[in-house]
Amino acid sequence: MRKVAIYGKGGIGKSTTTQNTVAGLAEMGKKVMVVGCDPKADSTRLLLGGLAQRSVLDTLREEGEDVDLEDIRKAGFGQTWCVESGGPEPGVGCAGRGIITSINMLESLGAYDEKEGLDYAFYDVLGDVVCGGFAMPIRDGKAEEIYIVCSGEMMAMYAANNICKGIMKYAQSGSVRLAGLICNSRNVDNEREMIIELARQIGTQMIYFVPRDNDVQRAEINRKTVIEWKPDAPQAQHYRNLASTIDDNKFFVIPKPLSIEQLERLLMDFGLMAAA
Amino acid sequence: MTTKRKPVPLNPAEIKAEMLKRYPPKVARRRDKQIMINEALANDTPEITANVRTIPGIISMRGCTYAGCKGVILGPTRDIVNITHGPIGCGFYSWLTRRNQTDASGAGDANYMTYCFSTDMQDKDIIFGGEKKLEQAIQEAYDLFHPKAIAVFATCPVGLIGDDIHAVAKRMKEKFGDCNVFAFSCEGYKGVSQSAGHHIANNQIFRHVVGEKDEKRPGGFQINLLGEYNIGGDGFEIDRILKRCGITNIATFSGNSTYDQFASAHTADLNCVMCHRSINYVADMLETRYGIPWVKVNFIGAGATAKSLRKIAAYFENPELSGQVEALIAEEMPAVEAARKDVHARTGGKTAMLFVGGSRAHHYQELFKEIGMKTLSAGYEFAHRDDYEGRRVIPHLKVDADSRNIEELVVEPDPERFQPRIDGDRQKSLEAKGLTFKDYEGMVPDMAAGTLVIDDLNQYEAEKLVRAFKPDIFCAGIKEKFSIQKLGVPMKQLHSYDSGGPYAGFRGAINFYREIDRMVNSKVWGYMKAPWQENPELSATYVWE
Repeated sequence: MRKVAIYGKGGIGKSTTTQNTVAGLAEMGKKVMVVGCDPKADSTRLLLGGLAQRSVLDTLREEGEDVDLEDIRKAGFGQTWCVESGGPEPGVGCAGRGIITSINMLESLGAYDEKEGLDYAFYDVLGDVVCGGFAMPIRDGKAEEIYIVCSGEMMAMYAANNICKGIMKYAQSGSVRLAGLICNSRNVDNEREMIIELARQIGTQMIYFVPRDNDVQRAEINRKTVIEWKPDAPQAQHYRNLASTIDDNKFFVIPKPLSIEQLERLLMDFGLMAAA
Repeated sequence: MTTKRKPVPLNPAEIKAEMLKRYPPKVARRRDKQIMINEALANDTPEITANVRTIPGIISMRGCTYAGCKGVILGPTRDIVNITHGPIGCGFYSWLTRRNQTDASGAGDANYMTYCFSTDMQDKDIIFGGEKKLEQAIQEAYDLFHPKAIAVFATCPVGLIGDDIHAVAKRMKEKFGDCNVFAFSCEGYKGVSQSAGHHIANNQIFRHVVGEKDEKRPGGFQINLLGEYNIGGDGFEIDRILKRCGITNIATFSGNSTYDQFASAHTADLNCVMCHRSINYVADMLETRYGIPWVKVNFIGAGATAKSLRKIAAYFENPELSGQVEALIAEEMPAVEAARKDVHARTGGKTAMLFVGGSRAHHYQELFKEIGMKTLSAGYEFAHRDDYEGRRVIPHLKVDADSRNIEELVVEPDPERFQPRIDGDRQKSLEAKGLTFKDYEGMVPDMAAGTLVIDDLNQYEAEKLVRAFKPDIFCAGIKEKFSIQKLGVPMKQLHSYDSGGPYAGFRGAINFYREIDRMVNSKVWGYMKAPWQENPELSATYVWE
């Protein structure tokens, strides 16, 4: 089983990209489990056709320790297993601790056991790496390959670089590796070249360039992935391509995060190219 | 049988160098400033570094901020329900550990000290927040006991997850109407030691309780006793003495105390500060807001007790009071003197070390002196520079990030209740007669030249000291108890008094003399080394040797 975590700046499109990619993998006949690590519990909405999921933490709270695997996972598009960690209301408690608890719960219930026949476990993690709890998927080998969703916007690149610092910290003591950057295009000037260069400097690859297409939003309104909603759309093909690239990927590295100066230099260089 | 003593170098400079030798250079540099050889300088004492963070890796004798707040300051109060908001261990292990005694024998007296209240936070409370559970706990305590007050104490996780305990307390106080509810942000990690917890506790008591009850209590010569925690019944002995002199104790902070005592503390006419460290700022605030002056007292040691009583009498300038004080001293001292003389014959010339508290390491030297024992080395766990060097250094204290973390209350005179108990002229005339207000000279001036004064002593240094000096007794807390005894030196706990006490006042002094006599003259320490270790009957070698 390959254990994959998707990180990236808030609002960059992690959940959308994850679910569409997972739909692509499912189409290829892969057995995938998606674990949403966001208190909002909206990481599996497109696979499930709506927010129909009871989160692990809500279940724990209501049922006590007597929880079955079937209480907390639901089958979604293409026989994917969908799990939402869940968490507290904004402004109270500790969401990071919640993620630790729910991943431990999944493990003790055997969600990752061989008999489940999983090819992939995907963790879709909220925002930046904000505290130890949110780093849980990259600690202790819970996830072994990390994809960072980014775009050519400065803050997205800044966040990607920061996440690399987190990965580097745990990579030195464990099995986690950076597997590539997924560029979710925002139509920024020189975006493709800039992300390829950023990836090169970090020591990884831009694994795919996902162009911007409003079909993604149209599918979302219908609570579906593009692949399910409009299988013959060009964007659906892009996600299939991303899925098969990930399936073939063997380029896993310990990232070398850039200094702020290096990062700004990169932006300057590509910004000036655009102006010229 | 007596153990043979190896000749040891007793040069403090050499011993200090020896202690520092094993540290990495940076650690040695920092510890160097906290280990001071007391050199008698004219009108000055050498500077010591205190109230700074313990260096990671060092096994400190210190406690945490939560322990200082919940255990030390509020622990001895009997009729406030103290709820620990946190995992169960924090509540359980801070419960009644200091042997604070209380007298709840009066009709209708409440005593909640024998209960351990906790919200017993679980994983799910950390994740989803613990405010609702806290609210339930407060409600439950109220329904069961209808106490005058409920206090809430934050443990470490509460600060991390951001439960707003003050908002919960305020809400519940308004809901009840007849029960004061207040909370303490005393997470264990705040500050460098338990001293921060004392400060947080006292600030909240001053803010939420003092001044709540205006009725003047009956009785003449009304004082508050600040910084006395009634360990082993010390407070009972002091109260007995005060009562016999005709002095009325309005409030003790906080030994054997009650909510109403705190609430009416502002009606007293003099504040007597015992433990300078834990409470001098409350004395200052009571003076600023209500006009009550303060003097430093010490009821540890018969001589110090007599001196403190005379100080109180001098303040009130009442011949009848002075007469009662002198009569009591005359009545109590013969028994003390007889016990002292008897014990002195066996304890005279023996040596002690004291590493405890923020005042105790100073006060108890008084008792040892009375039985002819010399203090070789002493230090505090959590004191600040002014407790070592005297209040004159206060303007020069460095304010660092850790001290900024602890709230300083800005206090102004109360518009209605501020009433200076003595005017400037009277203060001057009292001072001319030798009474000093707001003054504490610290421990160092009372210690002999060449003694070692060590702040925040640790396990390693304690062992070094004991091995080098072989003191006849070592005084500290429970964490040090057994490691010191294993070195063959009797160890007296001065936090909890082991199972003894009281040691304050006149009768307490007698108890202490006898206890120390029993400990330092016990033959048991001579048997630390088994006979066969010194003189083996058989000896053998392994075949391969």
